[in-house]
Amino acid sequence: MTVLDDKPGQRPQAPAAPAPPRARRSTAWLLTAALAAGLLVLVPVAAGTGAYPVPVGDVLGSLLHRTGLGGTELDRVAESVLWNVRFPRIVLALLVGASLGCAGALMQGVFGNPLAEPGVIGVSSGAAVGAVGAIAFGSNFLGNWTVPAFAFGSGLVTVLVVYAMARSGGRTEVVTLILTGIAVNAFAGALIGLFLFFADTAAVNQITFWQLGSLAQATWPKVLAVLPCAALGLGLAPLYARRLDLLALGERPARHLGVDVERLRVVLVLVIALLTAAAVSVAGVIGFVGLVVPHLLRMAAGPRHRFLIPGSALLGALVLLAADLAARTVAEPAELPLGVLTALLGSPFFFWLLRRTRRRQGGWA
Amino acid sequence: MRGPRLARLVPSPRPAPPPPPAPGDVLAEAEQVRVRLGGRPVLDGVDVRVRAGEVLALVGPNGAGKSTLLGALAADVPAAEGVVRVHGRPATAWSAPELALRRAVLPQSASLSFPFAVEEVVRMGRAPWAGGDREGEDDAAVAEAMARTEVTGFAGRPFSALSGGERARVALARVLAQRAPLLLLDEPTAALDLRHQELVLRLCRERARAGDAVVVVLHDLALAAAYADRVAVLRSGRIAADGPPARVFAEGLLSEVYDHPVEVFPHPRTGALLVVPHRTP
Repeated sequence: MTVLDDKPGQRPQAPAAPAPPRARRSTAWLLTAALAAGLLVLVPVAAGTGAYPVPVGDVLGSLLHRTGLGGTELDRVAESVLWNVRFPRIVLALLVGASLGCAGALMQGVFGNPLAEPGVIGVSSGAAVGAVGAIAFGSNFLGNWTVPAFAFGSGLVTVLVVYAMARSGGRTEVVTLILTGIAVNAFAGALIGLFLFFADTAAVNQITFWQLGSLAQATWPKVLAVLPCAALGLGLAPLYARRLDLLALGERPARHLGVDVERLRVVLVLVIALLTAAAVSVAGVIGFVGLVVPHLLRMAAGPRHRFLIPGSALLGALVLLAADLAARTVAEPAELPLGVLTALLGSPFFFWLLRRTRRRQGGWA
Repeated sequence: MRGPRLARLVPSPRPAPPPPPAPGDVLAEAEQVRVRLGGRPVLDGVDVRVRAGEVLALVGPNGAGKSTLLGALAADVPAAEGVVRVHGRPATAWSAPELALRRAVLPQSASLSFPFAVEEVVRMGRAPWAGGDREGEDDAAVAEAMARTEVTGFAGRPFSALSGGERARVALARVLAQRAPLLLLDEPTAALDLRHQELVLRLCRERARAGDAVVVVLHDLALAAAYADRVAVLRSGRIAADGPPARVFAEGLLSEVYDHPVEVFPHPRTGALLVVPHRTP
C-alpha cells in the first residue's frame, strides 16, 4: 500500500504517456472479446487432442448432438473419450483456472498489494492439510467427495483463523495479515509433513502427486463437487468491483467514500476462500495463475476491477486449459504435473515482470 | 453481538443525501471530546463547532492534536469520552454510506496501491452518489473539480507517475468531486508551491461562500489569517483559543503556544494580518 508513494520527487520523468482511461476502457472490451473467442476456439481443440485424436468437426458435431441442436453421434469409443474423459477434464480446468485467476485478482485488491496471492494468507496450504489428511488416513465416508470436502473445510477454517488472528482493535493491518499467513503456512506445512510420516506408501504416492497439482483424475462428480463453490464465488466477486477500486486509496479514504471496509473484507475473504479451496481440493496446489494473470491484465487494460475480476476469471480459465493441454500432450504418453508446469513457466515470468515494472514505473504495476 | 454483525452483511437501502445546509447550521461539533492514542491523551476535552458557510482553520504546533481532532470530526477516530456530532447526529450513529454523503476528507498523504489514471482517481470521489438521483452530475463534478485544482492537463496519466504536489492536488480534486457539505482537509497545502497554496485556500473560501463548511489544518499562520473566518489554536490536546484571526492571532498567545517568539503586524500596504516568527539575524 505504501510502495507507490515513496520518493515521489525522484521519479525519472513520466513513462511514455499511457493510454487515457477511455482508450483503456475500449482495450478492456477488446480483451474480453478476445479472451472469450480464445476460449471458444481452445475448448474444441483441447477436446479433440490427445492419445485418441478426434477431429474438431466431430467434437462440435457431438456437442451439438448432445445439446439437441443437430450434429451427429460419433462411434462409441469417441463418444466415451469425449464425454467421460476429455470434457470433465476441460470443464474442471476452466473452473479451476477461473477460480484461481479471480481469487488472485480479489486478493490483490483486498490487500492493496499487487504481490498478494492465494497462497500468501495460507488458504492453499490450509486446504492441502485437509486433503492430505483425508488421503493419509484413508477416510472415505463421503465417497468421491471426501477429499474435496476435507480440503474445503480446512481451507475455510484456515482463512477464518488467519482473519481472526490478524485482527486487533477491530481492524486488520495488512502487514499483520500477511505475517500471520506466513506462520499459518509454516504450520500447515508441518501438519502435511506429519500426515506424510504416518501415511503408507500408496497414500504417500497419491499425496505427492496431488500436491504437484493435476487434473488427471477429472470426473463429472468432481466437476459437480467444485461447481457450486466456484459458481458462487465467481458470481459474487464482480459485485464488489467498484468498492475494490476505492480500497486502492487506502482503508480510511475508502471508508470516507462510503465503503464499509470491515464488511467488505469479511465478504471478500470468504469469497477468496471459496474459490481457492474449490480449486485446490480437486486440482492440488497450482501456483502462479492467481499471481500472473491479474498482473498481465492490469498492465494491458489498467487496474479497474470491473474489468479485472471477470477478465482474470476468463484469462485464468484460458491459461489453465492451455497449460493442461500442454501437460498431457508434450510428453505423451506420460503426463506432466500441471502445477509443476505452471510454476516452471510462471515463476521466471513473474521475476521478469517484477524487474520490468520496477524499472519502468518506479513502482509495482 | 452475532445478530448485528450478520445484519451488516445484508445491503441496506440506499441512503438519502442531506438537504442543503442553511448558513450557520452546525455541520460538525465536538463536545468535551477526549481521545487517547497509545495510552497518551491526544485530545483532552475539546469543544469545537463547525458551521456552514465558514472556513475554520486548525493550527498549533506538531503533536497538538490537529489531525486527531480532524479525524474525530470525520468519524475516523472514536472519542473515548464526549460526543462528536455530524449533521446533528452522533458520528457513530451514521453508516459509512450516509457519512460519505455528508462529509469529504482529504488525508495528510495520498497513496494508491494500483496505477489508476488521474481521472479515474477523481471519479472515485463520486462513489457515494452511485445509483442515486444525482449520478448524472458525475461527469460535470469530475470535470469541474479537475479544472479547479488544475489537474485536467494530466487527466490520463497514472497517479503513481505524478510529483508530490500534483498528487496532493489530484487528491483534493477527488474530495471536491464528492460535493459533500462538510469538507475536512488535513494539511492540503503541505506539498504545494506558493501559487497552488493560494489556489487551494481560495477554493476553500469559495466552497464556504457557496454554503459548505470547511475545516482545514494549516501550518502557515499567514495563510490561516488571510483565508479563515475562524481559527482554533490547539495546544497539547486542548483548544487554547477559538475565534476570528484578528482576535486569536495575538503575539503573546502565539509565542507561548509555539514556544517561539512570533510577531503579528498589519501589511504596510493592504493592512492584512501578517504572522512571522521572530528571527535573529
